[in-house]
Amino acid sequence: MTASIAEKMDWLGNASYVVVALLVIMALYTIITQKNLLKICVALAVLGSSVNLFLVLLGYRDGGSIPIYHMKGAGDLMVLPTPQCLTLTAIVIALATTALMLSLIILIHKHYGTLDIDEIRRLRG
Amino acid sequence: MNLSDHLPAFLVMIPLLGAFLTPFAGSFNRGTRNAFFVTFSGLTLLTAIALCLSTLNGDVLVYVMGGESFALTLPSGMTYPVRILFEIDAFGSLPILCIAIASFAGALFSLDYMDRFSGWKRFLALYFLMTAGALGMCATGDMFNFFVFVEISSIASFGLVAFWRDKPEAVEASFKYMLISQIAAMLLLLAIGTLYGRYDAVNMAALSAMAGSGTLERVAMGLIIAVLAFKCGSFPMHTWMPDTYAEAPSGVTCLLVTVSQASFYGLVRVCYSIFPGLAAGGVVAWMLIALGVMSMFFGVLMAVVQHEIKRLMGYHSISQVGYMLLAMGVGLLALGSPEAVETYGRAAIRGGIFHSVNYSFYKALLFLCAGSLYYATGTRDLDKMGGLARSMPWTAGMFVVAAAAISGLPPFNGFVSKWMIYESSFAVHPILPAVAMITSVLTLASFVKVFQAAFLGPAKAKFVAVREVPYGMLAGMAVLTVMTLLLSLFPGWFTSGFFESAVNALVNHQSYVRAVMGGM
Repeated sequence: MTASIAEKMDWLGNASYVVVALLVIMALYTIITQKNLLKICVALAVLGSSVNLFLVLLGYRDGGSIPIYHMKGAGDLMVLPTPQCLTLTAIVIALATTALMLSLIILIHKHYGTLDIDEIRRLRG
Repeated sequence: MNLSDHLPAFLVMIPLLGAFLTPFAGSFNRGTRNAFFVTFSGLTLLTAIALCLSTLNGDVLVYVMGGESFALTLPSGMTYPVRILFEIDAFGSLPILCIAIASFAGALFSLDYMDRFSGWKRFLALYFLMTAGALGMCATGDMFNFFVFVEISSIASFGLVAFWRDKPEAVEASFKYMLISQIAAMLLLLAIGTLYGRYDAVNMAALSAMAGSGTLERVAMGLIIAVLAFKCGSFPMHTWMPDTYAEAPSGVTCLLVTVSQASFYGLVRVCYSIFPGLAAGGVVAWMLIALGVMSMFFGVLMAVVQHEIKRLMGYHSISQVGYMLLAMGVGLLALGSPEAVETYGRAAIRGGIFHSVNYSFYKALLFLCAGSLYYATGTRDLDKMGGLARSMPWTAGMFVVAAAAISGLPPFNGFVSKWMIYESSFAVHPILPAVAMITSVLTLASFVKVFQAAFLGPAKAKFVAVREVPYGMLAGMAVLTVMTLLLSLFPGWFTSGFFESAVNALVNHQSYVRAVMGGM
């Protein structure tokens, strides 16, 4: 790989990390500013997805094939398998937490009749 | 095949098996269900005791999952470990023992405490999952695996905090806890990803062997420390603690206390074993000291004004965590220079470890006592209780033991560990022990108030029918009382036998690395 291509790849690679950073910041901003529980839940899911995107990006190699020996085809270059395993685990965990969070939101709505966090404040002091 | 070689695997396997067998066992009658609950918690406890004893002489137990051999940390031709592995040293086995004992005591307590309620299958499964997650956090030698165990224990605890889902407060507390906990967990995963991107490894020992001191390492370490400080309930991120501790069923709160100890374990592990070069002697140490002092002081200030017994104890938890953070911060500050380690560093670390063990027992006991009061009287408001020492003598007696221990009254274990922390932090700055002593006095004042309000005074007419709680609950409390009394009667024996080897394990992080990486 010549230097100029490497530089271009480098720029592209970094661009995708910038996307991850933007997503993380957007999600955190939404969680802090929004008052609606459902919107907060969505932002939390975005946060989880952006972290998963980050993990997948870490394992990406340009032109790499799937990291399974008998299916990888001709080339020797494979993407890294570890981040993919990590991501799969993290996705399952995120699924469980999102489902649990939504069910808690349903219960909160039953008890309080609202999804506004300013009105859900019996636990004070 | 030697059974004792597989102890680290059994430690997590037994509670997990318990959790997944619950759907079958839960449909049996009351007696079978209770036997199932106690048997699996008891087996976990026995495994933890055996593990703890086998790490006492400074051995580091390593267990590799899915490898050719469970002892082969570096597969042939590899320079760093690629498999998931468990690594338990003398320091890691202490929180494991505390969690197992608290889990056992909470199980005994819950047999009668939860008997009035339905949903036993779910309760049992979540209880075992939470135990497995907390034990795994202390046993694992792999950052990503640590994240998974954090999530297992967290998700189980969200469910358990909201177990009484017809109570709005319980659901609200669970949601609050879940929201901040999930943000923290995602940031933890981000930090782990950063470390993986930098070093191609998630193994703690491998990271420790390779860790440099660049910006990325600092960012990742900062994130992990912030997240774990939150998870153990340190000051600026403490708001979830009184809510969840107050609203969860008491047997669960008893376990939650030790789960926060597992996060504390992770924090100490990251500072002392993975990034000792970055963390020792500098900003991180002062940060821990500052967090500790603030948690101690503000925690106790908020506790003294509370009228609700479990909420009051929840605020005291923040202040107790402050003591441990202070001690560990002082130890980390000393770790920079060998002389400082000998003069006050070892004493600080010993005090911190001792206090965290003490805290697990007396705090869990206090929450069980509060649960007994709630069980007997149906209220958690201190202003409505009174004169209960006559009708509940055993609960009152055990409460006195726990309250004396947490307030640091001289014959009890809290005094010994607090004294170690005072002495060692005095070497850093006299203001630190001063704040710690003021906190201790306020703690005493607060618990005198609780004792006076709940147990003394004239008997109230509406509590004439109040009887002592059932034997199962008393047994759960007795387990923790016996541990507190043992630690009070033989502090020297425990220090030389248990805590000294834990201090050695923390001060010499190379032994932790060498167990996995070989003779590096």
